[in-house]
Parts: sequence; structure tokens; C-alpha cells
Amino acid sequence: MKTVAARPESLTGAQYHYCPGCTHGIIHRLVAEVIDELGIREKTIGICPVGCAVLAYDYFNCDMLEAAHGRAPAIATGIKRMLPENVVFTYQGDGDLASIGMAEILHASARGEKITVIFVNNAVYGMTGGQMAPTTLLGQVTTTSPYGRKAEVEGYPVRMAEILAENEGSAYIARTTVNKPANVRRTKKAIKKAFEIQQKGLGFTMVEILSACPTNWGLSPVQALEWIDENMIPYYPLGEFKNKEA
Amino acid sequence: MGKILMKGNEALAEGALIAGCQGFFGYPITPSSEIAEYMARKFPQLGGIFLQAESELAAINMVYGAAATGARVMTASSGPGISLKQEGISFIAEAELPCLIVNISRGGPGLGGIQPAQSDYFQATRGGGHGDYRLIVLAPSSVQEMMDYAIEGFDLADRYRIPVMLMAEGTLGQMMEPIYVREPVKPAIEKPWATTGCAGRSPNIINTLHLSPEVLEHRNQHLQRKYDQLQANESRAETFMTDDADLILVAFGLMSRVVKKAVIEARKQGIKVGLIRPITLWPFPDAIIKEAAEKAQMFLSVEISMGQMIEDIRLAVDGAVPVDFYGRIGIIPNPEEIYSEIIRIAEREGF
Ligand SMILES: Cc1ncc(C[n+]2csc(CCOP(=O)(O)OP(=O)(O)O)c2C)c(N)n1
Ligand code: SF4
Repeated sequence: MKTVAARPESLTGAQYHYCPGCTHGIIHRLVAEVIDELGIREKTIGICPVGCAVLAYDYFNCDMLEAAHGRAPAIATGIKRMLPENVVFTYQGDGDLASIGMAEILHASARGEKITVIFVNNAVYGMTGGQMAPTTLLGQVTTTSPYGRKAEVEGYPVRMAEILAENEGSAYIARTTVNKPANVRRTKKAIKKAFEIQQKGLGFTMVEILSACPTNWGLSPVQALEWIDENMIPYYPLGEFKNKEA
Repeated sequence: MGKILMKGNEALAEGALIAGCQGFFGYPITPSSEIAEYMARKFPQLGGIFLQAESELAAINMVYGAAATGARVMTASSGPGISLKQEGISFIAEAELPCLIVNISRGGPGLGGIQPAQSDYFQATRGGGHGDYRLIVLAPSSVQEMMDYAIEGFDLADRYRIPVMLMAEGTLGQMMEPIYVREPVKPAIEKPWATTGCAGRSPNIINTLHLSPEVLEHRNQHLQRKYDQLQANESRAETFMTDDADLILVAFGLMSRVVKKAVIEARKQGIKVGLIRPITLWPFPDAIIKEAAEKAQMFLSVEISMGQMIEDIRLAVDGAVPVDFYGRIGIIPNPEEIYSEIIRIAEREGF
């Protein structure tokens, strides 16, 4: 008998707590598959955010830490500086990375910290019940922008991939999504590239992944995947923004 | 080896190196910056890590990550910076990561001033951030002790898996005294919990989230047992002429040396005064103070603040005798000032 699909060794197999149709689970699996394929599970150290992925330490089968809200890049810096031979990644949501943790992510990138950041952009604060995030789109209704986000009041959504690509210390920055099979494959390739570039010591690496939060968007899982195409991608274009290898 | 002349902050930094410190993460602030500058000069040759962080928030979280690898690491700051570190210190306390946090203290509140103060006493001894936790807080009184306590601080941190704070007035950081440089020590404690990559073992997880109330309570009880053990075994104080004293002055840090001078002068006048100098501000030396309260008539807390340690003295004395207060802020009271206060009290109370 031939095994066509199996659980990656880098996942523990613990059942996810994510909502139906949430794409956090797909992203976890892609990260785990990449860690398996690169054969780096035993030297990888991951850092979870505060956000829906806070329990990721139960899912990844490698050494894991849980960070204070937004501080994962600083913790990753402390680890990587002490253990330069190890592979270090953070997994962060958009509230975590682009709001409270803006300083930590900008400076980790500016310093060219040799870490990989998996940035899950779902345009809301998922865990706390769908409040506005810095990535919430103009017009988007959330519990704290109940009349729709207005530029005059809440300002504009931030494009983290573009911002961080400007930093000299960034070696690989891409934006992808996981809303259809082809995009899932592209996301996996980008994650793999990011880990490889980290291992080559070229600098800071990040993959921003547009992710569905059907629960807080008030959409069905299928509608949520379509919403990414219709609303997110026009504002957050997909692609590689920096690749020091290319 | 003979004595060499060293500045307090540099003696502390050298002490950390002697203790095998391998990483320093900090953000500049007067009057602590010499510690960072010393590390920045020394670490490149020694193969250690010096990193100037973007903020104290980042610095303490770098310490969190670096301590999680099992290395001896530290940070140093002062008032406003120590306030910013509190979020991270709470996480470090619960994750039980050993590290050294230095507060070369200045006056507050707000931006305050860079003059010496002891007004971060509450912040240091009550944990400082959110949740039920404590730090070991060491208060050196000389440049020699800046070095010695840095070494001992790392040792206590490893033994109890606890963040240790070393708190000294800005003046102590800035002044120079001749000291004996200690021999290098080799950290001997194994850290099987460290996150170093899971080769040959199951993954380690460093976590402070406990969603189940049972687990959360269990974790808090676990921490509390450790704190009880510290209170039983590690509280320390220096006592000076307390045996027959009517009046006992209590002071810590550099302040205690000034008080000692005043005590010696008052003794020459036949006034029975003594001094208790808490060395560990937490665990506070309750037992020593309680015992002294059985014989003394009165206590006087002398602080470079508006009165913080006095609360702990009152708790220890438990109403047995009155506790008075003398304090300044931004200025270290001089021996004459304290001597006059002793005389005033002695005349009033008929000692
Ligand atoms: C210092 C601090 N502030 C606020 C919170 C509350 N909080 C928990 S998760 C979260 C937002 C998470 O949103 P995001 O990073 O977008 O991740 P998601 O849940 O959408 O995956 C907030 C504000 C906290 N835990 N800590
Ligand atoms: S709230 Fe949103 S991000 Fe969080 S698990 Fe549910 S769908 Fe996923």
C-alpha cells in the first residue's frame, strides 16, 4: 500500500481549536510540511503569538514558546542570537504583528534578524471577537468600526509586506494566500524559500498570508475564501516584494 | 590579587561576566548606561551577545528568549525603563526563566530626575507587573557588593528559576571604590527545560497561558511554594549594634552606609541606637526585624523616597513598637541630618 498523505512529523496531531473554515489550520500544516522537508524539526524553535494561534505550541512538534502580545520577534531575536545554528520562526496575527508589535517587527527586520515570520493577515482581531485591526479594509464593518472603517477616523490599512521590504535587513518578503489549491501551493513554496533563506543567513524573512476568518467576517467558509479574492487581494497584492537570492 | 578602583556600574557588569553571563539586551538610560557600554566593549572579544534593543519592552523580551535557551543573560535600566519591562518580567516570572534585571534607580514619578532615589521599592518588591509573583531583590551598598551580588544573583536565579533584580541607587552605579575582583565561576546548574531544539528528546514548551482554572491555580500554588521557600531560606539583613538598642534605624543600599555613620556618632553620645540593613528587599528580612522589635523601643525607616519600605517594617513589627519615618528624594540625606533626627527622637522619647 502506498501512503498518499500523512500528518507531517512536525505536527503533534492534537486537534485544532480553530473555527470551521478558518485557514490557520492550513497554514500550520504548510509550515510543518516545510520543516519536515527541510529536515530541521529537531533544531527549530517556534514562537506563538497572542491571538487565535496562541495554542500553536500544542500543534507544532518542536520546541515552542508563547510570547506576550506582539513581542514574538524580540523573543525570536533573543533565541537566535544565543543559538545562531538553530532555526527560529514566529507565527503572528495582524493585531499582534502590525499593531501592538509594530516596533518589534520593524526593528527585527531592520536588524536583519535571521528568523522567519509567518504573518497571518485576516483583517480583524479574531481571538477577541472581531474588533478592527490595523489591516481592516476601508469600509469593513467590525465590532469596533460598526459603521465601517473610515480613513478620516481610523486611518488606512497597513501593508506590512511592502513596509518591511523597504528595510535593508529584510532578505525575503512575500505575500500569498491560501484561498484555493494553487494559492496553497504558492504559499508553501514561499514558506520554504523563507526558511531556506534564514538557513543561508541572508537576513530577515517573512511570508504574509491572507487568511480567512469566516466567524468574524460573518460569512460562510466558502464565501470567506471568495471575500479574500474580491476584497483583500485588490488592496494587498500577492507576490514577492523582496528576495535577496534572486 | 590586590584591590582595583572601579565604578559601581562597571563592577556590576564585570561581576555578571565573572558569573558567566553570555548575553545583554538593553536600552540606554541614565544612570544605568555604563553597564550596557561595558558589555558592548567586552562581549565581542568574549564571544557573548550585546544587543541594543529598540525599547525596554523589546529588551526584556529578548531576555525572555535568550534565557529560554538556558544561557545566563541580563538587562539593566532605570525607573521609566523598568516600568516598561514589567510586562515581560511578569511573563518571565511565570515561565520561571532565570535572569538578572538591574535597576540603577532614579527618582520618579514620571520622568522624575536622574538623582538617586529608592522610590521603586514598591515596584520591585511587589512583583511590579500583573499577577501574583515576586522577584528576588538584592540591594548592594558598596561597589564591591555591586560585583558580588551580580554573581550571587545569577546563582540564585538559576537555583530557584526566578528573575533576580539587583536594585541600587544611581549614586552607587556612578561612584568609584577599590574592590577585590572575584574569580570566574562556572555555572553548574543543568537546564533540561531550555528550548534549544528537540534533538534526542520530546519538545520543550515555555508557556504562560493556562486556560483551565485548575491548571492556573496549580501554577500559582507552585510559584507560591517557591516564594515560601525563598522567604524561609534566603532573606538576609546586616545588623549593626542592635542588641541593646532603644532605637533601630532601618535603611538599605547606599543609604544604609550613611545611616551607619550617624549611628556611630549617636553611640558616642551614649544614645543606644542600632541599624538593620535589609540585603534582600524581597524576601524581606521579617524575622530579623520581628526579633529586634522584642527588645527595641522604636524603629525609624530612613529612605530616599516618601516612605515605602516602612510598610514592610510595620508588617514585620506587627504593632509591637512604633515605626517612624525619615526620607528625602533626589537627595541622599547626610549623616548630620540623620544624627539630628536621632537626637530629636531620643530627646522626645527619653532614650
Ligand atoms: C497586552 C495585551 N493587550 C490585549 C490583549 C487582548 N488580545 C488578545 S488576542 C488580541 C488580538 C489578536 O488578533 P490578531 O493578532 O489579529 O490574531 P487573530 O486572533 O486574528 O489570529 C488581543 C487584542 C492581550 N492579550 N494582551
Ligand atoms: S475567530 Fe477567526 S481567526 Fe480565530 S479561529 Fe475563528 S475563524 Fe480562525
